[in-house]
Amino acid sequence: MAHSYTPGLTVTDHIVIKRRRQLPLQGTVLVIEGDQVRSNQPVARAELPGKVYPLNLANQLGVAPNEINEYLIKKGGDAIRKDEVLAENKPLFKWLKTEIRSPVTGTVESVSTVTGQVLLREPPRVLELLGYVDGTVVETHPQHGVTIECACSMVQGIFGIGGETFGELVVAVEASDQPLTPDRLKAAMKGKVVVGGSFLPAETMTRAKEVGVAGLVVGGIHDKDLRALLGYDLGVAITGSEQVGFTLILTEGFGTIPMAQKTFALLSAHAGDKASISGATQIRAGVIRPEILIPRATDQPAQADTARPERGGIKIGDSVRVIRDPLFGKIGQVSALPSDLQKIPTESEVRVLEVQFSDRSRAVIPRANIEVIEG
Amino acid sequence: MTSSTSSLPKIGRPLNVIVATDCGSTTTKAILIEKVGDTYRQTYRGEAPTTVEAPFEDVTRGVLNAIAEIEELSGRKILDGDKIITPCRDDNTGVDIYISTSSAGGGLQMMVTGVVQNMTGESAQRAALGAGAIVIDVLASNDGRLPHEKIERIRTMRPDMILMSGGTDGGAVTHVVEMAEYIAAAEPRPRFGATYKLPLIYAGNKDAQGPVKKILGEKVALEVTDNIRPVLERENLAPARHKIHDLFLEHVMQQAPGYKKLIEMAGAPIMPTPAAVGVIMETIAKREQLNLIGVDIGGATTDVFSVFGGVFNRTVSANLGMSYSISNVLAEAGLANIMRWVPFTIDEQTLRNRIKNKMVRPTTIPQTLDELQIEQAISREALRLALIHHKSLATGLKGIQQERTISDVFEQQTSGKTLIDMLKLDLIVGSGGILSHAPRRVQSMLMMVDAYEPLGVTRLSVDSIFMMPHLGVLSTIDEKAATDVFVRDCMVYLGTCVAPIGQGKDGDRCADYEIAFPDGKTSKDQLKFGDLRLYPLERGQKATITMQPAKGVNLGAGAGQSVTRDVEGGVVGLLLDGRGRPLQLPADQQTRVDMLTKWFNAVGLYPTPSV
Repeated sequence: MAHSYTPGLTVTDHIVIKRRRQLPLQGTVLVIEGDQVRSNQPVARAELPGKVYPLNLANQLGVAPNEINEYLIKKGGDAIRKDEVLAENKPLFKWLKTEIRSPVTGTVESVSTVTGQVLLREPPRVLELLGYVDGTVVETHPQHGVTIECACSMVQGIFGIGGETFGELVVAVEASDQPLTPDRLKAAMKGKVVVGGSFLPAETMTRAKEVGVAGLVVGGIHDKDLRALLGYDLGVAITGSEQVGFTLILTEGFGTIPMAQKTFALLSAHAGDKASISGATQIRAGVIRPEILIPRATDQPAQADTARPERGGIKIGDSVRVIRDPLFGKIGQVSALPSDLQKIPTESEVRVLEVQFSDRSRAVIPRANIEVIEG
Repeated sequence: MTSSTSSLPKIGRPLNVIVATDCGSTTTKAILIEKVGDTYRQTYRGEAPTTVEAPFEDVTRGVLNAIAEIEELSGRKILDGDKIITPCRDDNTGVDIYISTSSAGGGLQMMVTGVVQNMTGESAQRAALGAGAIVIDVLASNDGRLPHEKIERIRTMRPDMILMSGGTDGGAVTHVVEMAEYIAAAEPRPRFGATYKLPLIYAGNKDAQGPVKKILGEKVALEVTDNIRPVLERENLAPARHKIHDLFLEHVMQQAPGYKKLIEMAGAPIMPTPAAVGVIMETIAKREQLNLIGVDIGGATTDVFSVFGGVFNRTVSANLGMSYSISNVLAEAGLANIMRWVPFTIDEQTLRNRIKNKMVRPTTIPQTLDELQIEQAISREALRLALIHHKSLATGLKGIQQERTISDVFEQQTSGKTLIDMLKLDLIVGSGGILSHAPRRVQSMLMMVDAYEPLGVTRLSVDSIFMMPHLGVLSTIDEKAATDVFVRDCMVYLGTCVAPIGQGKDGDRCADYEIAFPDGKTSKDQLKFGDLRLYPLERGQKATITMQPAKGVNLGAGAGQSVTRDVEGGVVGLLLDGRGRPLQLPADQQTRVDMLTKWFNAVGLYPTPSV
């Protein structure tokens, strides 16, 4: 099958990536094309509209909606402070006077003579969009953001939680199959991105919060520990906004799974370098995978983005990861690609391939259950 | 027919070879349909992972890969590079048309608004659901949320489209205008693309059109259509549904990865998958004049369709599915409810990790028997929960343009009685990967029987290889081709389930029965509580069953009343279900495992000796 393939995760030491930095709404771009930017540098700014507070003045004053303009002290667009009089009636006797005071500081957004409603809006909040990676601005999108190009090493994870952050990369285990036990997290790791091995126990998560690490990168965790960390059972893999004290990236999946040797070796080789990481994962509706980006020094040569392979098939010799039980997490190389459908123990007839592992053992696995290690 | 076929063209040239795809959230499925003599048949199929995901982020890649598989199997040349050859150049090159449905990228996600939640709010919801949308929220003046909460909600949601309703024509405009003011203040933004305006359909009180245009005209891409509730007693959902479908193509699909190209490749408008399946379900019910429940269980969502007394309803359980949403089935159903269907013991941690791994790698398939059994256990719960959801929405209020009296309206408000009557149900139609691709058809049958607990006599069928969406869109351009393939290649009748209502101790008498088979043989026996029995009865064959239920047990004619019915066969046969209704599984783990093993072996559910 020339066109059968399973998209994989990129693990590469040399790649040029582009990251579009987009404001959630229109604002101002702060840099120009060609600028070198740092990960913690604001590249665009927007004002997030403040919260809106509706007040039904017609009801509160006991007048018809189309009469409320006559009672307003402030008009549409006017600034107003908390407890300042917004509207008042004009009775013959002053003890019958009713004053409506503003519950917030902000502006009068709109006045409706149909509903008798006034909308007050709190002042906007300034949102600064950071560069996220060290790189060069290659395109600006006026009022919307910029595209930053960065020559870097890149590791894509399978799942993560927490947003973008950055810090020095430190490797806290000696081998990819060692768990990241709490004693391996030292106070000096504060603000750093810590790489573990096969497993992250719940106690290490607690310790990570105490130390104040910026991020954790490990092979696997138990679902029950994730549930305890989040405080709820994650139903759909759409993440990135969690605030658990650090950003967490899994490179392999759920359970105790040694980090792929290639991934571990690459991250180890960059210990001490600065990394930008994001735990944002979205498997539906425009896929986002978590990532670790390690910008390269600008004098080092770079090659084009290899994260977008041409349409093609799996080839014999490709490095693959088994992504389903019973051999979940094992890594090997494709040794045969039979084209006929084969019956598997479930009695389904599916396309399969043969994988040879490092101990020279071989297994026949459905093609749907392997993942090419890209890069 | 559902209403999502507003602007579909009839194709002028003869269609002899058709390639159709359904771009699902997990897999893109392609089928080839060819005219053989005077009849259309589905001849080849191919599938490939959907490529909305990086590194491709272009849905057409998956389409081309799936079609390439058909090319290899059929020997027909269909692709010229990245182009589909249309029309046919010769007997072995090209196709006459390419058509597609799509639910990839999360489907069509809508927010709807009304004035009274149970009236216009529900009508708007039904309009959106019938057009194939996922309704992410229903806002109404009386929904209990404070105004600023509504505004925050509108702002944080990222729908593909908003449908605004409310008020009868000529009625008060205040509440509708108020909702428009909230939407304007929230400045909602679409899910895809920051540069285009969010489409908003106004289908409320016509007297409020002016103020709504004034308030929202500049802020959203406003489309005005007929009121979905022109008077209190009548719904008019069709114009809003047409508008939703048009805007889906014009705006939403243009933003999703690769869809612009997909629209250019297709010879007919792309339909949302649920809308296409709805077309087929309604057609079956109408043609055979029966009450049915149809289900399409996908990777991300589970759609349930029902036609009872001619009234069509559709619901979508947005986060109940077998891959992307599998973890949410666990969260909603609870571990114990899933475990009750698993015929072995497994520790909670292992099961939870396995489910999460499927969530993050949604295109994987079970390789071992225990993995298959776990997935089928989860599917029972997804199916069960989705039906509960459907029952709550398929209530007294009707489908398209059905007259109601004022008294009905008040009854609906107070009782909200569901239209779904399992005793009057004639047919269950299953579709979606886990049902269509179950290695044994009896697995599909038992998954549906366990999840839905049909009462009395109910026929079951399954979509052979998941082609209902393809046929739904095909029926809008060539009804004969769609009907030919549906009857001959798509619908697989599994058989009939006979399930007495009542409960008793295992081994106690449930009913005496006599079955007269078409070859003249008869089988006379007693069905005991806790029994599950399967009799072979082939497709196209009919048998007659006479059942005398025990005291207090009901088969539809009343407790203890004898019933004689003709029952239809299928690839599985005639299933007598004496497990009792409601179905209750033993609480003790070992007893439960033993019981499941007994049932599964009784119907040959899995290869022995695994259970």
